[in-house]
Amino acid sequence: MSPGARDVLRGVAWISPWLVGFAVFTLGPAVLSAALSFCDYGLLDSAVWVGLDNYRELWGDPMFRVALRNTLVYASASAVLGAAVTLGVALLLERGLQGAALVRAIVFLPTLVPVVSACVCWMWLLNGRFGLVNQVLGWAGVEGPNWLGDARWAMGSLVVMSAWTIGGPVLVLGAAIRNVPRALYEAADLDGATGLRRFGAVTLPMVSPAVLFNGVMSVIWSLQVFGPPFIMTKGGPENATQVYAVYVYQNAFVYGRMGYACALAWVHVLATLVLTLGLLWVGKRVVYARGA
Amino acid sequence: MRAGAGHRGVAGSLRRAGLWALLAAVGVLYAAPLAWMVGVSLRSAEDAAAPGGGLLPRVRGVEGVEGVEGEGGLGAYARGVAAQGAANYGEVWSSPLADFPLYLKNSLVVTILSVAGAVVSSAIVAYGFGRLRWRGREAVFVVLLATLMIPQAVVVAPQYVLFKWLGWIGTFAPLWAPMWFGGAFSIFLLRQYYLTIPRELDEAARLDGCSHAGVFWRIILPLSGPALAAVAVLQFAACWNDFLGPMLFLNHQDDRTLAVGLHMYLTQHGGTPWNLVMAFSVMVVAPVVAVYVLARRFFVEGVGTEGLRE
Repeated sequence: MSPGARDVLRGVAWISPWLVGFAVFTLGPAVLSAALSFCDYGLLDSAVWVGLDNYRELWGDPMFRVALRNTLVYASASAVLGAAVTLGVALLLERGLQGAALVRAIVFLPTLVPVVSACVCWMWLLNGRFGLVNQVLGWAGVEGPNWLGDARWAMGSLVVMSAWTIGGPVLVLGAAIRNVPRALYEAADLDGATGLRRFGAVTLPMVSPAVLFNGVMSVIWSLQVFGPPFIMTKGGPENATQVYAVYVYQNAFVYGRMGYACALAWVHVLATLVLTLGLLWVGKRVVYARGA
Repeated sequence: MRAGAGHRGVAGSLRRAGLWALLAAVGVLYAAPLAWMVGVSLRSAEDAAAPGGGLLPRVRGVEGVEGVEGEGGLGAYARGVAAQGAANYGEVWSSPLADFPLYLKNSLVVTILSVAGAVVSSAIVAYGFGRLRWRGREAVFVVLLATLMIPQAVVVAPQYVLFKWLGWIGTFAPLWAPMWFGGAFSIFLLRQYYLTIPRELDEAARLDGCSHAGVFWRIILPLSGPALAAVAVLQFAACWNDFLGPMLFLNHQDDRTLAVGLHMYLTQHGGTPWNLVMAFSVMVVAPVVAVYVLARRFFVEGVGTEGLRE
């Protein structure tokens, strides 16, 4: 055996646990899911091939449209809000202020909170009568709505809640801010740039790859949102928070329509892929690439 | 150097005060939900459901403790809150509606098996990606990174079919067994860390006749403490917090983990008092927070910088 082949064999041997796990627990189910999406399958009886029927049905399914629209609204709103809050918080934390380390730990903490606990907590925070949010608004003389029980406010409430768990993105962006070469700021100082100008000409371009990375990850994650709508609003009121992942779950495990659920899931993958590639394509034109 | 001129010094310290106030506001805002959760868990049932109750628990109606208005002052108030809290937490612990100690045991079993599996298998796989040179390595690594983007929702339904076929539904196996095959993100973090360890170390050991297994065991692992700790903490949190997996793959109520148990506790009994739900919730959050605080030093070393190189 040639030394090169032996190296490949040794490398593959070391990574074999992952290769096996990937084949069995991800690739296998993904292929199975693709096959089932062309079948009528209800978990108890055997699968029946129905061709494109599931996809055709999906096209005319009003709840599919509602779920898709809600999910896109949630994903774009929480990505934009998340990006803005992340940028603000990360910049503030990197000013070298006393106590910044403590605040950084506090901001990271919510990302560790189990989703059920977070939901329980926010359900009560947003409670129309007893919640802290409306209590605070009450001090200012404003009568807050019943956030989660009002179709006009429920989705917005979930978006605001999503900005509570930005610990990961703040960590990534903070590292990027710390990595901006001092020399660039010194050069900007020499040119008399201050405040906003310094930020726009030096900081923002230098950290833009991290912002793009956070944005893409945030969109991918929020397109999959499941816990908060499932636990806090059950898709309601009036389907205002019926999101895609919950609809897939309902079809697979509540209505017993595994085949249809798999078709829905594959449309989800394709939509996510298109959106991600689109974002990266736009990003490439906006983001400053070091050394370019 | 920037605070050179006098007027800029004054303006500078004013600005600094403004920034500091902003920083404090961020800290308060992000801490508020959890602080509020703890606060409600210390209230009495009537107090938790009283509109405009204010921020601090009121003590009333707890045996042997007078209200705040009494002469006892702060000490009596603290004792009252503590007694109320103890009553709430005790009630959740021994509630007939949810077997908290059993759920805790289930969560611990699943989490410990998952963390052990993820750390061991990811450490080995990362060696193949980070310390060995072989053709095709980069391409396979790109595939590994791409799997991070696969939505869980897509595979979870067919995974159910797979686990059913394996006879794993209703057992803990679907929750921990897959972790023994390496997690993509853990492998990524560990590989990034391995790359920062000087190559001369393994080359010298190899010249001395050490096998790759020996290099891995005697050189790489001992030097990767922070990254291994970071992976363990992340895996602990992911597994402890998992809700969808246990909800789908377990079907007996005695097998519930804490996350699912809390959800049942919340939904099953419409009238569950919020102070008790919050006490339950606090007891679910506390272990994760404790692990994070204990391992924070490693965590920052292992992830904060190394994970982001490249």
